[in-house]
Amino acid sequence: MTPAQEPLLQVEHLRVELPTRRRTLVAIDDVSFSIMPGEVLGIVGESGAGKSVTGAAIIGLLEPPLRIAGGRVVLGGRRIDDLPYEQMRHIRGREIGAIFQDPLTSLNPLYTVGRQLVETIRTHLDLGPEAARERAIALLGEVGIAAAAQRIDHYPHQFSGGMRQRVVIALALAGNPRLIIADEPTTALDVSIQAQIIALLKRLGRDHGTAIMLVTHDMGVIAETAHRVAVMYAGRIVEIGPVRAIVDAPRHPYTVGLMDSIPRIGGVRGRLKQIDGAMPRLGEIPPGCAFNPRCPLVFERCRRERPELLPSASGAAACWRFAEEGARAADG
Amino acid sequence: MAEPQALVEIRDLKRYFDVSPPPLERLLQRKPRAWVKALDGVSFTIRRGETFALVGESGCGKSTVARCLVGLYRPSAGKILFDGIDLAGLNRRKTAVPLRRRMQMIFQDPYASLNPRWRVRRIVAEPLVTHGLVGSRAERDARVAELLVQVRLSPEDGDKFPHEFSGGQRQRISIARALAARPEFLVCDEPTSALDVSVQAQILNLMKDLQSAFRLTCLFISHNLAVVYQVSDRVGVMYLGRLVEIAAAEQLFARPLHPYTRLLIDTIPRLDPVDGAAAEREPVAGEVPNPIDPPPGCAFHPRCPFADARCRAERPELIEADGALVACHAVAEGRLAPAALTTSSHPGATGRAGPSGKLAL
Repeated sequence: MTPAQEPLLQVEHLRVELPTRRRTLVAIDDVSFSIMPGEVLGIVGESGAGKSVTGAAIIGLLEPPLRIAGGRVVLGGRRIDDLPYEQMRHIRGREIGAIFQDPLTSLNPLYTVGRQLVETIRTHLDLGPEAARERAIALLGEVGIAAAAQRIDHYPHQFSGGMRQRVVIALALAGNPRLIIADEPTTALDVSIQAQIIALLKRLGRDHGTAIMLVTHDMGVIAETAHRVAVMYAGRIVEIGPVRAIVDAPRHPYTVGLMDSIPRIGGVRGRLKQIDGAMPRLGEIPPGCAFNPRCPLVFERCRRERPELLPSASGAAACWRFAEEGARAADG
Repeated sequence: MAEPQALVEIRDLKRYFDVSPPPLERLLQRKPRAWVKALDGVSFTIRRGETFALVGESGCGKSTVARCLVGLYRPSAGKILFDGIDLAGLNRRKTAVPLRRRMQMIFQDPYASLNPRWRVRRIVAEPLVTHGLVGSRAERDARVAELLVQVRLSPEDGDKFPHEFSGGQRQRISIARALAARPEFLVCDEPTSALDVSVQAQILNLMKDLQSAFRLTCLFISHNLAVVYQVSDRVGVMYLGRLVEIAAAEQLFARPLHPYTRLLIDTIPRLDPVDGAAAEREPVAGEVPNPIDPPPGCAFHPRCPFADARCRAERPELIEADGALVACHAVAEGRLAPAALTTSSHPGATGRAGPSGKLAL
């Protein structure tokens, strides 16, 4: 990746709101990031942090009453967040592919996988039925399904969980998209199958230059797959940077706590480090830094003012500690 | 096998599920009866005061063991001895209930395992009422309050309904309920797999504290090997309804014997890929076979890089090797040496080291 390259996806100051009868809740608040072609960006966070909503907002599949209330989503230089439904339909599948957690609900149980693949291919590419079927078989082979020419006429229930997720990935690839949004693609799978799917996703990025936005709560999956990672907490990005930097030397106190609380194999057994409390619900996000009630390093300013993402060593972290350090460095 | 300190002893436990087609279809289309052998001869003991973990992928039968133990399933064959008493002999309520008080279960899904229409006080008090452990209402409320404090909730939480709590708090309520009858033995079936990692750490620490405070013996079921490494004393690895390896936790992760154990440890996504090797490793192909029609011989042989003719024909039994129990012909014949998993030099120093596993050939 050369720095001169244009980012494929740019998300700028994205804000997603959830209007309720009493007031409007903010699900995603001022989220900005970009993904380069061929890059795997991991989005990690606990349930309710807003990672899936971010993915849904980009692909234009927010479930009402959730709505984009601000910011821009730019794909390959073209703004896509304000497109009418019909135009967005052409971008979904053609430009952006999606993989969701549960492979069974992503497939229609009444049609063979071949029919679903051919339909998707013909929607997005100008191919005849024969050529589309050939491409479907090639796609199934590409995602590692043996005897694809026979398997193509099977129904989803005839596939195992891991094989179904491969079919879903083949569907996501059908239109040759430049970006794939994978939302917890391995969460429903066993570890040995998970490793196979991770290897497949990495190969796609490497061989086709497909950019992948990988949404997961599993830091291990991110560490093995992603180039960069964004850590989300209560609807905001609290830290973003190269994956090794975040895993080995996290800066934000939440990332530090998150990394410490992951059980590991090897080393001392016994008590795990824990972050007390839980992530606040949408309606109860405290003023200042959303993490301040759980933060071991909290000070006055954190309760009052909300920190912005500030560039740190190699990435950026939203924490007043660094802002104060930076100011002190500037003074000295 | 009879160990003096054994609290739970399971001998050749079998549990089959009937998955036959309907009778008419069997008659007309001459389809045979079919059985899923969820457990096909499982034997192990749990010693008093220890945490024994069962690990394996979905469908390996680990939850079936738990459900047989607490009496939610009736075994098809085999014996379960609890403190020397055969559970299968306890058919009548009068004899079974006092024994059931001594074992309690914590379930995976804190959203499904609590009655949404009951207040927390009533949920936690249910075992007290069932087993007639408290006399007056005041006594009952006092005990519930005590339990809620023990799991780091407040006594006032007893007035609330389950939906008012987060997943982690609900699992605390489950734990309070399980502890209410002062059991000796806890069966924990994936107690943290529905929780976020930071909450998982809270719950695992809480369980550890309570276990030592009340000297509980635990059966801990999980598919998460890192969690198992952290909480358990001994580990049993299951594959397709059979135990393939039983070993002390530290030994199992440092020197796994069975090829399936090695595969499991090798495929966990790591935070610290050593030299980028783990990041680029090729995952083992194949999947867990269909349990209705398991392969003959060793059930793992179609995926096993060390399988030979004997593995395809003859089913291996658990034998002792290197201080552990393992069911593998290759290990028994000395064809397969214990895995030399290279742990980094000072695993304790950083607390971040992991086995950088490669199959030792």
